[in-house]
Amino acid sequence: MFEFLSKLFGGSDGSKNRAKERLRLVLVHDRASLSPGLVEALKEELIQVITKYLDIDEDGLEVNFDKNDDSVALIANIPVKSVKRSAR
Amino acid sequence: MGKVIVITSGKGGVGKTTTTANLGTGLAAAGQKVCLVDTDIGLRNLDVVMGLENRIVYDLLHVVEGQCRLRQALIKDKQFGDRLVLLPAPQTREKDAVTPEQMKELMKELREEYDFVLLDSPAGIEHGFKNAVAGADAAIVVTTPEIAAVRDADRIIGLLEAAELYDPGLVINRVRPGMVRRGDMMSISDIDDILAIDILGVVPDDQDIIVSTNRGEPVVTDSKSRAGQAYRNIVRRILGEEVPLMNLQERGVMNWFKRILSGEAQ
Repeated sequence: MFEFLSKLFGGSDGSKNRAKERLRLVLVHDRASLSPGLVEALKEELIQVITKYLDIDEDGLEVNFDKNDDSVALIANIPVKSVKRSAR
Repeated sequence: MGKVIVITSGKGGVGKTTTTANLGTGLAAAGQKVCLVDTDIGLRNLDVVMGLENRIVYDLLHVVEGQCRLRQALIKDKQFGDRLVLLPAPQTREKDAVTPEQMKELMKELREEYDFVLLDSPAGIEHGFKNAVAGADAAIVVTTPEIAAVRDADRIIGLLEAAELYDPGLVINRVRPGMVRRGDMMSISDIDDILAIDILGVVPDDQDIIVSTNRGEPVVTDSKSRAGQAYRNIVRRILGEEVPLMNLQERGVMNWFKRILSGEAQ
């Protein structure tokens, strides 16, 4: 009954919010896989920044988007070989 | 020197052909010289939407293969004569019978003669899409307020950019104001948030479209139709006028009554 009333009076719990949220998430994935260049460029710059502080295994570095039910996360797996002594 | 505009969507069934027919007819009604080209090889439909299916002798493939002259293949519109012509798609040949290079050449020729050339693209992102975008100067992306259509529109916008067709105009088709009001359909601003491209127009879901398509007469010339008005507004925007987006949220006793009758109101 409440749902009916809130819909009748233009409440914001309509199904469109579900659609919009799902769309937003799926597009993060679509856009990332559509432009592999973006992920590659991100990887390159990550390496540049991190090697200032750590000695990492560049070949073992993995960058991916991980999609859960209601969020998208950027997951970077970076094997560390050693920590630089001069790290600030 | 005319302008070649490709009308595309990614997803099928969102109204590309109807949009092409109405914008073409609207531009002709506004005094422009227009050529419509159906690039959906094997699944042509622009001819029936325009009501010209009985007049086809030659098609796009005959032209690019040199089996007839361009002029012979162009079908004159019933109402606007040689100010609005259609180049139909071949119905019986393979999809890859035409190449992007041939399309580019053809567009060069049509651009000389017409103010606007509108290319009705097939659904999908394969050969037919590539043909349709090959010779285009600008693009119109058609979508509906549904999750699958908006997703595909997003993909198409990326592919258009890759083909160096920047800043496409978006047409949001089949909007149902009652559902938007109830929060059960994405609104214009929801879609704008997600796709972030210029909105060229918003077309309400209108039974007049089905009736006019049954007759083979684009709804844009029907002065009483809401969808017709929406298409006329888009035509004016294409011609450079500033026209505010249609207010689809009109209330009032008559509209309420109409909604009850059409079963749209709760």
